[in-house]
Amino acid sequence: MTDDEFSSVVGLLGREPKIAELAMYSVMWSEHCSYKSSRPHLGRFPTEAPWVVVGPGENAGVVDLGDGWLAALRIESHNHPSFVEPYQGAATGVGGILRDVFTMGARPIALWDQIRFGHLDDPHNRYLFSGVVAGIAGYGNAVGVPTVGGEVAFEDCYRGNPLVNVMCLGILRADQLVLGTAGEPGTISVLLGSSTGRDGIGGASVLASASFDEDSSAKRPAVQVGDPFQEKKLIEACLELYQKNLVVGIQDLGAAGLSCSTSEPAARAGMGMDVDLDRVHVRESDMTPGELLMSESQERMMAFVHPDQLDEVLAVAEKWEVDASVVGEVKPGGTLRVFKDGNLVAEVPASSLSEDAPTYDRPYSEPSWLADLWASTTDSSQSPDIGTSLLTMLGDPSLGDPSWVYQQYDHMLFLNTVVGPGDNGNLLRIKGTTKGLAVSTDGNGRLCYLDPRRGAARLVYESALNVAMVGARPMAVVDNLNFGNPEKPEVMWQFTETVEGISQACESLEIPVIGGNVSFYNETDGIDIYPTPIVGMLGLADPLPDRPPRLEAGKAGMDVWLLGPRNGTNLAGSAFEKLVSGHLGGRPTDPHPSTAGAVIGLARHLAVQGVAPVLHDVSEGGLAVAIAEICIRSEVGAAISFSDWHHLFCEDPHRFIAVAPPEAAASIRAAAHGSGVAATRIGSLGGSSIEFERNDRIEGSISLDAVAAAWRGAIRDRMDH
Amino acid sequence: MRATVHVKRRSDIADPAGTAVLRGVRDLGYSNVESVRIDKIITLEVGATDPARARADIEAMCEKLLANPVMEDYEIVLEEDGDTA
Amino acid sequence: MTVAVVVFPGSNCEHDVVYALRSLGCEAELVWHRDVDLTAFDGVVLPGGFAHGDYLRTGAIARFSPVMAEVRRMADEGAPVLGICNGFQILTEAGLLPGVLLANRDLRFICRPVHLRVESTESILTKMATVGDVLEIPLNSYEGNYTADPAESGRVLLTYSDGAGKVSPATNPNGSMDNIAGIANGAGNVAGLMPHPERAIESILGSTDGRVLLRSFAVSVAAFAEGRPARV
Repeated sequence: MTDDEFSSVVGLLGREPKIAELAMYSVMWSEHCSYKSSRPHLGRFPTEAPWVVVGPGENAGVVDLGDGWLAALRIESHNHPSFVEPYQGAATGVGGILRDVFTMGARPIALWDQIRFGHLDDPHNRYLFSGVVAGIAGYGNAVGVPTVGGEVAFEDCYRGNPLVNVMCLGILRADQLVLGTAGEPGTISVLLGSSTGRDGIGGASVLASASFDEDSSAKRPAVQVGDPFQEKKLIEACLELYQKNLVVGIQDLGAAGLSCSTSEPAARAGMGMDVDLDRVHVRESDMTPGELLMSESQERMMAFVHPDQLDEVLAVAEKWEVDASVVGEVKPGGTLRVFKDGNLVAEVPASSLSEDAPTYDRPYSEPSWLADLWASTTDSSQSPDIGTSLLTMLGDPSLGDPSWVYQQYDHMLFLNTVVGPGDNGNLLRIKGTTKGLAVSTDGNGRLCYLDPRRGAARLVYESALNVAMVGARPMAVVDNLNFGNPEKPEVMWQFTETVEGISQACESLEIPVIGGNVSFYNETDGIDIYPTPIVGMLGLADPLPDRPPRLEAGKAGMDVWLLGPRNGTNLAGSAFEKLVSGHLGGRPTDPHPSTAGAVIGLARHLAVQGVAPVLHDVSEGGLAVAIAEICIRSEVGAAISFSDWHHLFCEDPHRFIAVAPPEAAASIRAAAHGSGVAATRIGSLGGSSIEFERNDRIEGSISLDAVAAAWRGAIRDRMDH
Repeated sequence: MRATVHVKRRSDIADPAGTAVLRGVRDLGYSNVESVRIDKIITLEVGATDPARARADIEAMCEKLLANPVMEDYEIVLEEDGDTA
Repeated sequence: MTVAVVVFPGSNCEHDVVYALRSLGCEAELVWHRDVDLTAFDGVVLPGGFAHGDYLRTGAIARFSPVMAEVRRMADEGAPVLGICNGFQILTEAGLLPGVLLANRDLRFICRPVHLRVESTESILTKMATVGDVLEIPLNSYEGNYTADPAESGRVLLTYSDGAGKVSPATNPNGSMDNIAGIANGAGNVAGLMPHPERAIESILGSTDGRVLLRSFAVSVAAFAEGRPARV
């Protein structure tokens, strides 16, 4: 806490704070909990739409799916804890995001993880990567919520700052929605779940609100350990409480622990609260009031219940073998009073902890190096060897087969996973309805580094296209904004540009942002990560398509179509430039809102009509990689014609491939024409190699076996050597 | 000589497995059990004759690999001298 | 006739099993692990998941759950008893099936479809299948590596194979002895398998090959309910 912030506390209280009070303010006013650097900018996001039930600010965003069904969605980061202890950092990230979702009354039905590391040729990065994947698997599989998709990427900038983001989707009936309110005076607060220990004391303020340097080990708080078994029992107990209508409100205990779970619900209800720390069930007997208030022990929930229903609540907890303690009572007047050993150890306005947190309008300015970066180009007059380039790209862990990761995750539990990991978007059915939920999560640090506004906007369009390609209408966005040190004006500029880019794209598609998370200080030894926003897109498919397009559905003899703009040559930020040319520079192509809308509409139409067995977007790696992915998954070669090799590797937005039998040609042309989207037949599937032809001459050819081997080994061979 | 390394979760770090086993033994009627911690024992046969050197090596192994200093403590017992760190 | 699907704290496939059995026309109900009376049921499934967190050893704490005495009674009376994945682990830990499930050879969780060859139809799990059938069913486990004294390994029902039914070390996903994926006791009324047949009952989810196994189980339960012994 800074001197100015301390003075603010003194001003608020009219006196010097007691030790326990200072502990509460220091965690609640940390960057992680208060969003003090980002809050002035987050109001830019469009957040309203008729289907939004709960927007940003609650534990999770909630949208209306129709027929009495709601979906809750939330994304979070666990970057710093995962660097300190990869297994437990990633595991507790999963636990935290689940609590955010079942706090709303929803049953969590699926998880997605977006993880980024330095290159796998470095053993320390392999250690972090395997630890994080094992932690996600260890927690997610055991808690019994499938991890159905996500992203993996590798860049040197994440070497000292791996990114571990996690997103959770839940569904609920409209009458089960619960909010984090403390209710009326007399309401009893019941602490459910694990006992409280010294886990992560100061975690939120220390880990996620400061940069790493050589002395990081000295800053390490007690690592939080995840207990998926406890969480599973907690989920079932809470869902039974909701079903029996036994809670007024409920709040999970995450960062800032008891401080947050008492003050925030009280403040939301306009109430105060008395809390007795002697009633808290503890793991260690000699904890101070400050430690009890700051502890980040996992798998805990604070339920607010009517006194008449307390016995029933405790019976539900006992049935599920979940420990429960009555720790407080809601009082009129807005004051949070905390007692320990009969002494009043804290007495503060409840709302001051959350609502009076300072905000910083930090200075921002375009980086001085940006103009040079945009001007930096590489000589691309010489045509590369197309086959060799393809092998290099597909053999890179960022573009290679991610099954080494997702085969460690249970991605099938609940029998909802219609399109699972390794495809474009994921598609989950809601049993007993005609509905399906489509989800895509997308990030691209290189593009956002070169141009954060364009890069971020393109992520929104890309994720919307991905959900459209499984037949869904994009309906809501959550974002996780991973950035460097906000005290640097160029990092704040990257942040404001990203917010603007996401906002503009969402406005053009009329998709609200229903929640998000900001992770600053992803900086090690003065080096910031690339600005790395992650966009999570939720779409609704109603009815669920019978046979949604899949990458493995291509057959010899089918035509290959390119839908969308076809003559892009810009290679700025592309995988080709990074992996083949070894260059990063230039300015990525600006997205085009009306083209984006038309292409997204067309993709959805083709998916719903079942015209094309395969749809695949053209993104990282360009057309050549997109074709190769279809060929590998469908186990068939292809012959593709092109006029300029740049077209094969350019990653310009708003394009996708359709693969369909020749008799579908007329319907594809008609649909594309009706949407105002260019449709070009660029080749066909067949044979056992991928051939690229120009003017009827084969200019590049590579055997399917060779590209498949490179792709399959990209991660697996590096990890299993 | 034989070295036994006892790797224990630091006392301030939660041990969910121990907690679950505690409930299990209490369910079996052993209600006087107050806590359970689950640790690891690693046995190494070391071809060294100098105990001080062997201990230094094993300490280094513990710091680097055998224990996770972020969340675990360790204890080394060398069988020949029987002494404990 | 009704099947009891046992819920231990930490189970997570219980709803999927009930859904699958009901979709095959077999009535099923969840029972809590502290229930001590299963006399209303004609068969029992121990579903997948992580009973008691799988802490200490998989199934180690679950085998002492109060409901297990009833499961043992039903097994002794010849009722169909099926353990899927974690349920299989609990049955071995409880001594109702021989052997043990160790950590996978590569020490990694495996979630993917595998091919299984039917080796015996003399069980409540395989009676509707044909020896040599190849089924594609998802595997989803960390401790799936079956090991037993060869003299006591029970009746092998299913082995890990390739798509053509060839069983070899190359088709062994987890290091299981003799590629064993599922076994039964001598009487054939207690069976366990690591893969999840309930995940392979609808084509929209990729495979319907699990239906023959669950249908075998349902038919066995019906037969037992009618007072005929489940021995096959």
